[in-house]
Amino acid sequence: MSKIVLTVDDSRTMRDMLRLALTDASFTVVQAVDGVHGLEVLNDSSPDVIITDINMPNMDGFGFIEGVRRSQRHGAVPILVLTTESDQDKKLRARSAGATGWIVKPFDPIKLIDAVRRVAA
Amino acid sequence: MDPMEAIRATFFQECEELLGDLEMGLLSLQDGNGDHETVNAVFRAVHSVKGGAGAFGLEDLVRFAHVFETTLDDVRSGKLAVDPDIVAVLLRAADALTDHVTAAKGGPPVDTVNAALIVSDLQQFTGVEALMEPADDGDDISFVPQMLALDLDETPQAILTPDNDWTIRFKPAAALYRNANDAILLIRELDRLGTTRVVVDQEVVPSLPDKVVTEPVLTWSVQLCADAAIGESQIRDVFEFVQGDCELHVFAGSVGAEEVASFDDPVLASPNAVGAESPEQLLDRLMREANVAAETETAAPTHRPVQPLAQSDVTSVTGNRPEALVQTTIRVDLERVDRLIDLVGELVINQAMLAQRVVEAGLARSSTIALGLDDLEQLTREIQDSVMAIRAQPVKSVFQRMPRLVREVAAATGKKVRLVTEGEGTEVDKTVIERLSDPITHMIRNAIDHGLESPDRRVAAGKAEEGTVRLSAQHRSGRIVIEVADDGRGIDRERVRAIAVDRGIVAADAILSDEEVDNLIFAPGFSTAEAISDISGRGVGMDVVKRSIQALGGRIVITSRPGEGSVFTLSLPLTLAVLDGMVVSVGDHTLVVPINVIVESLQPKAIDVRRLGPEGTVLAVRGSHVPLIDVAPSLGWASGNEGPAGGVTLLVESELGGLAALRVDAIQGQRQVVIKSLEQNYRQVEGVAAATILGDGRVALILDVDGLIASRKRTTARPLLQAQAS
Repeated sequence: MSKIVLTVDDSRTMRDMLRLALTDASFTVVQAVDGVHGLEVLNDSSPDVIITDINMPNMDGFGFIEGVRRSQRHGAVPILVLTTESDQDKKLRARSAGATGWIVKPFDPIKLIDAVRRVAA
Repeated sequence: MDPMEAIRATFFQECEELLGDLEMGLLSLQDGNGDHETVNAVFRAVHSVKGGAGAFGLEDLVRFAHVFETTLDDVRSGKLAVDPDIVAVLLRAADALTDHVTAAKGGPPVDTVNAALIVSDLQQFTGVEALMEPADDGDDISFVPQMLALDLDETPQAILTPDNDWTIRFKPAAALYRNANDAILLIRELDRLGTTRVVVDQEVVPSLPDKVVTEPVLTWSVQLCADAAIGESQIRDVFEFVQGDCELHVFAGSVGAEEVASFDDPVLASPNAVGAESPEQLLDRLMREANVAAETETAAPTHRPVQPLAQSDVTSVTGNRPEALVQTTIRVDLERVDRLIDLVGELVINQAMLAQRVVEAGLARSSTIALGLDDLEQLTREIQDSVMAIRAQPVKSVFQRMPRLVREVAAATGKKVRLVTEGEGTEVDKTVIERLSDPITHMIRNAIDHGLESPDRRVAAGKAEEGTVRLSAQHRSGRIVIEVADDGRGIDRERVRAIAVDRGIVAADAILSDEEVDNLIFAPGFSTAEAISDISGRGVGMDVVKRSIQALGGRIVITSRPGEGSVFTLSLPLTLAVLDGMVVSVGDHTLVVPINVIVESLQPKAIDVRRLGPEGTVLAVRGSHVPLIDVAPSLGWASGNEGPAGGVTLLVESELGGLAALRVDAIQGQRQVVIKSLEQNYRQVEGVAAATILGDGRVALILDVDGLIASRKRTTARPLLQAQAS
């Protein structure tokens, strides 16, 4: 069975690109538009890996990651942060919130898939 | 379509929305209404544009967005205070960003001088010159964030041994597991770099039954015989995500036990650390211990919160909602929607035909067939409404382009202007929206250029220095009404009249009402600007505006008060596809009168009909007189033989000016008709708005009530006025 990836991003463009790259690599993709939506779909989607943006309305990536980590059932799902932030602060903050790793935008589909495989058990 | 092309199209579509949000946000900051969330939203908009642009290699756009974003980030973090100066620069930057997006889409190239100015203005706030170095050099290096190998060791890269052997020792901390990283994943990654032999320090593995484990205790040693191209940085890259979450040591070559013993970590300083127990052996031992533990019913805590049986969850508030996975919107090709609308139109006609057949067959209203048909009619109507709603969109997409226009025109004319918009959520058919942009643009230009006074003149007139242009939309009796109002000087009627006379639009001695003078600006070839200004005089006069509005089945009315300002009111149908109409007979013809203009129907007495002047006829309705128009002769048909008082009179309200009475022979009934354009299928006919197909298959013309009234005014008012003047 193909692995499920939950992508959380407010940008339609980015969601479409993630979907394209991930489905090409035979992942099943579930999408959410912000952190709140992401937590809502978490239970029903039971993802194997989560990819989240940082800057989002309603609930940003940090809040979302913390929310996932608090979850009983999905607290241990690897989370990759997708961000254009190249600065170290954002990555450290994401990691202290519980991010497993990161992908720097603009992403190369091969690197993206590689990063997902790297954290997917 | 190529999927990447489709995403690119999505990107530009999204950009438009983001740029709209950006502008809205900045404007509310300008008005002092913005809060922290507004700043965040503004930042996000620019950030998302940059993110998408990066994906498509739109380097100029990325570069500009990056500088813009940097300044916004400082505003967001509170380093920069929101003040009018900075908001003004941000607004200009937003305009320039829009230009960059347009250029990236294949539109006109960006005004690089202006963009460079804005960049330097933005950097003046942040003081970050270095960020733009590549651009400043005119260098072509794009800003493309790359995955960085972090925290590279200061020690120089070890000289590769011919075998390229490496020893990697790492001891995960609790944080590593907390973030869903795992030693096994790291080892798997290392294994990709070559062949590995992995051992775990056996000494520190606690016995399960008698130890409560709260911190990870295992230390792993990996002997890596790496592929030729692999160096220390690639190995350290494996640990990129767990920097600081584990102790890590990378050595070139196979490290012997003595060297391992020199590790600074006392726990690792065991000579038996390496090679003592293979993972399999360790696992075996742990399994045995675990069995013992299970027998004695002692729970073994784990590092990772794995509780597969737990059904409740943090997010259980939302319950089991599989529909949460379903996207709430879908994108559909417009063609498919239009096809559906066409089909529903046919359905409406078909249903009407069926109803007529039932009547012709002499079936009673209470017969089951007739009742069933009533239900069908109800349903058809609902389907039609629903289908129309698919095409409806808020006018926001047009309105949000206007603030920029206002800024540009204000700057070009040296006037101070505030734009107030209302009712942006008002929905109207997509086709109508698309064709609204040009007329509204022109009316706003006109309002600023001709309507508003210069700041000093306004002050002299006792007005606020800053003029206001109000753009509003609302639904009113089945139509959308859009108003462009300014608080300027109002129409200078003397001048308008003088110009109109000069251009031969009206006779020098014509007596015109204020309203008529105001409406002269819609006359073809009229332009009030003595020297055609760059702003309004782009070869498009108000006559073109009027024509394009009329082509949409709309009307435009102007009301102006000297010294107080002018209001242009556009009234448009919500859809161009259907119409509620009153079907009437005129002579041998069947006509449809739009129901929304009909106030009431009357059968006037002969005494109420009075002649006024040689051709005019008026009808007395409850004490006031309204012009009476006999429809048949107005359309060039023979008048019914019953005279003007015969038949039925429809009292209609015109946007152009008050009430009028239309005389027809008989009313057939009321029904919804599908509009078929006469212009597309034949040509424009005065007094006729469009055509439709009736239930019996005949074509009926839809009356253009305003056109009819206007043409009567032209034919009757002038001789009358001239008669009075002479």
